[in-house]
Amino acid sequence: MKPVNQKAWLLILPVVLCVAFSAILPLMTVVNYSVQDIISPERRVFVGTEWFKSVMRDEDLQGALLRQMTFSLAVLLVEIPLGIALALSMPAKGWKSSAVLVLVAISLLIPWNVVGTIWQIFGRVDIGLMGAALAALGFDYSYTGNASDAWFTVLLMDVWHWTPLVALLCFAGLRAIPDAYYQAASIDGASKFAVFRYIQLPKLRGVLMIAVLLRFMDSFMIYTEPFVLTGGGPGNATTFLSQYLTQKAVGQFDLGPAAAFSLIYFLIILLLCFILYNWMQRVGTADKTGAGHG
Amino acid sequence: MDDRRFRKRVVFLVLYLAFAILPVYWMVNMSFKTNEEILGLFSLWPKDFTLDNYRVIFTDVSWYSGYINSLIYVAINTVVSLLVALPAAYAFSRYSFLGDKHVFFWLLTNRMTPPAVFLLPFFQLYTTLGLMDTHIAVALAHLLFNVPLAVWILEGFMSGIPREIDETAYIDGYSFPRFFLTIFIPLIKAGVGVAAFFCFMFSWVELLMARTLTSVNAKPIVAVMTRTISASGMDWGVLAAAGVLTIVPGAIVIWFVRNYIAKGFAMGRV
Repeated sequence: MKPVNQKAWLLILPVVLCVAFSAILPLMTVVNYSVQDIISPERRVFVGTEWFKSVMRDEDLQGALLRQMTFSLAVLLVEIPLGIALALSMPAKGWKSSAVLVLVAISLLIPWNVVGTIWQIFGRVDIGLMGAALAALGFDYSYTGNASDAWFTVLLMDVWHWTPLVALLCFAGLRAIPDAYYQAASIDGASKFAVFRYIQLPKLRGVLMIAVLLRFMDSFMIYTEPFVLTGGGPGNATTFLSQYLTQKAVGQFDLGPAAAFSLIYFLIILLLCFILYNWMQRVGTADKTGAGHG
Repeated sequence: MDDRRFRKRVVFLVLYLAFAILPVYWMVNMSFKTNEEILGLFSLWPKDFTLDNYRVIFTDVSWYSGYINSLIYVAINTVVSLLVALPAAYAFSRYSFLGDKHVFFWLLTNRMTPPAVFLLPFFQLYTTLGLMDTHIAVALAHLLFNVPLAVWILEGFMSGIPREIDETAYIDGYSFPRFFLTIFIPLIKAGVGVAAFFCFMFSWVELLMARTLTSVNAKPIVAVMTRTISASGMDWGVLAAAGVLTIVPGAIVIWFVRNYIAKGFAMGRV
């Protein structure tokens, strides 16, 4: 195992200071708001856990939470396998590799409000390429009128936008596998699938962990793109958690409940990430010992 | 590699690239159209080709200074993130110490809060420090989500390097800084490249914090863009042109780091 060395703290100190500088004050502010009723800047009343109770009982919030879970699960199920497949099929050398890298990365570089705007036009039946194509194929497609079409569009937009993140991470991870591993595999006469299963996948564990966690937490907090694209509609079919939170904090200016909501929101993400993290780490270690015996 | 498998891979790649490019093409297409044409008729390419949308951006200082402001704070942020993250990631991947796992996971928890939560406290904090409307303020604020990301990515790559390499180098008489810079970093080039690109990307597209912490002097392009949405309706053409231009710096960045990402390391040579 790793040697114990307390001096390693010196190496991580700059990071801890950088992050703590930005993280601690906001956290204290939010906790502070979540237990008070702010009537005006001068008049505040301590209300204890009342906001937490009222937020937990909120039925609209439970609906938004359910939609959010479904969305994030769908995002992971589509983007992670697609990203791995894409990374495996990207050329590794030469100008083709560079060109493909740039093309794949483009969607990541567009500001999120513009992403929503592009898809808003792109999906319109009258003036958008995708909408017009779907209409020409005979689909009765309308992302503003039909809840399942809206879901389809938001999900497709997210897949378009974020699969490159998974792909780039995996691509870099694949490039970091020493050639010696492949040589050993080809001497053993291993099949393509065996190479993927016993060499590439275990070696990608680190980057996949980051990809899964990032995609999970970012999709769980998705705000700008669906807000611009569908505005949460039709009805509230695509109103996700953060949009609901913003409605509360900005629209109704309920700082207390909004702060309590933020904390619960944060705890849900934290809990789910923690479960994912531990699960992936266990799967990874089981894999390692398995490969060792094999 | 047999032919049929190769062909399948190419077909898949081409299909994906088409899917990736089409919405972007539609944006480029829109950026050369007038607003009447964008909203008026469906056309696969501009019928009434115009450069007016780009002219608006390149002739108005408040537009193009947005790009410059964004580039300044994104560059500061990326450099600082990598500089602090590299040693920390090394410590996490090589040593165990008091609270290592907790600190490691805590770092990532900072990405788990909806950004809206930070706006009010950040506004108060940076006003108190007198840093409002400076590039430093935005760069510092963005460290919150970029440093944890860089540490996690780099740690993942560093853990893939066998510890024997470190030990051999020490036996050969390398000092830690020399070993780290001349042997270790080249080994994790792919990780450094991808971490640099992601730091650039997340800072480049972040809107809420950047908009809250700036007003005039450091106003980023993402915030300038929102002005195309006005009471008189959307200026779709200019928005599309601005969107096309936001891709350019990032594309240049990935072009420069592509060798880092693509080559990785060849253990055979060590």
